[in-house]
Amino acid sequence: MLRLEGLKKRYKTGDYALQGVDLEIPDGQVIALIGPSGAGKSTLIRCVNRLVEPTEGKVYLGDLELTTLSSSKLRKARRRMGMIFQEYALVERLTVMENVLSGRLGYVGFWASCFRKFPKKDIQEAYRLLDRVGLMHMADKRADELSGGQRQRVGICRALIQDPDLLLVDEPTASLDPKTSRQIMRLINELCKERGLAAIINIHDVLLAQMYSQRVVGLKLGEIVYDGKPDGLNPAVLTNIYGEEDWEATIEEVDEDELVEDEVEEATV
Amino acid sequence: MPLIETPDGPIWKRRTTKEQFIRWFIWLIAIAIIAYAWKGISDKTIWFFVQDAPRQAADIGARMIPPKFSYMSRLWAPVWDTLNIATLGTVIALVIAVPVAFAAAHNTTPHPIVRTIAIFIIVSSRSVNSLIWALMLVFIFGPGVLAGTIAIGLRSVGFCAKLLYEGIEEIDHTQVEAIEATGATKAQQMLFGIVPQVLPTFAGIGVFRWDINIRESTILGLVGAGGIGLELSGSINTLAWTQVSMILLVILSTVIVSEWVSAKVRGAII
Repeated sequence: MLRLEGLKKRYKTGDYALQGVDLEIPDGQVIALIGPSGAGKSTLIRCVNRLVEPTEGKVYLGDLELTTLSSSKLRKARRRMGMIFQEYALVERLTVMENVLSGRLGYVGFWASCFRKFPKKDIQEAYRLLDRVGLMHMADKRADELSGGQRQRVGICRALIQDPDLLLVDEPTASLDPKTSRQIMRLINELCKERGLAAIINIHDVLLAQMYSQRVVGLKLGEIVYDGKPDGLNPAVLTNIYGEEDWEATIEEVDEDELVEDEVEEATV
Repeated sequence: MPLIETPDGPIWKRRTTKEQFIRWFIWLIAIAIIAYAWKGISDKTIWFFVQDAPRQAADIGARMIPPKFSYMSRLWAPVWDTLNIATLGTVIALVIAVPVAFAAAHNTTPHPIVRTIAIFIIVSSRSVNSLIWALMLVFIFGPGVLAGTIAIGLRSVGFCAKLLYEGIEEIDHTQVEAIEATGATKAQQMLFGIVPQVLPTFAGIGVFRWDINIRESTILGLVGAGGIGLELSGSINTLAWTQVSMILLVILSTVIVSEWVSAKVRGAII
């Protein structure tokens, strides 16, 4: 379980990116974090694993308070939080396998990682994950040879091999085409279900947010302005989050049957 | 303002009239300085010698032909020395340059004071020409290949470290961030996030500097630091012009070969 209490972040320029965010995410819940650019979505998830240092407030992962941890304890805590990035953030010149295994760096020593001597168990898990996302045959390719969707799958494997309790997902589909976006979102969703993972997914696409989350949180200027069910998003709520616009075309009743059907064609791309 | 409203509609100019005048004035001053400097050089030149120059050049040229090919048997050893000076010097430089570069790059330096020291090392290495390093080192180590090798090494540290730390500063930070997010230590972040990104830059710099060092090491002999330059200065001093032309040919072909090798290697890396 993740709990944020009065989380604030002020950047050097003096602007508050987050102005006191309280949020509680139970185990296994997938939430979508929506909001306009500059609302503080990225800052929020980066404050959780302290890639960005929060200015004020507390972050609890289970019973562990993260904001005051020493750097070595923080590293241990980071192993429990997998992160997935917008531009995939794979190390381009390393192979797919090396990228996946880099998710285990928190568990292996410096020299072992230098000579790529990862434990057998990790390597087997890496192959299992690559097989799960349909990239077994790409294991020895260099990351820069992959397409966008494939790269994001490798990014997902890297996060999952950490065996995390929580996924922090920053705009996973922003660089992908609509079809691949759906596939990636569905994959993240399925994997969270399989493993009982909680996830915070930053996402621009309101429709995707509705389709693939159990709960939607709307952020505006560093404050939570909506927190509720995906189907609770109506024109009034969206206007509150994003500002005035014709929202009718964006909101769609999500058909449960269609979701299930989609899952079948999954592994092909 | 560049945008001027007229009855016929707005007119856009690149610069305002005032800016235009300032620019003309700066050009005027620059040309005046060049003309003045030209006059200074002209006054201090003995024009008789300059008029004589083509004849002198033709004379030396004639004495250089044909190159003394039999002299080649005595040149193999100095050429080998020259190559060794350049190669070993480059290796020494790279070994020192890597830690200096990581200390000098904004995103990897452990502390601003360390960064200042690293920058100082880079600047002091770059500010002294390898010929001058050699001149001093010949006094310290005595004449020979060792002085030349260290001179080349010291001169190259700054060059390699500067290019490398600029390469380190230009890496994609999100790749490092992703590694950091897994709970990796600083050292591991360097290993997985930074090193793969700068490796091609590093190899490119190494080969490029080796190429430059081949050329620089050919003249180090002039101050007694070993290599083919030693033969060159000996031949010039004894007015053995056919030997000089032979040496120049050898230097030319060495440089061409090194150019070719470095182009091949760089092509293979990138």
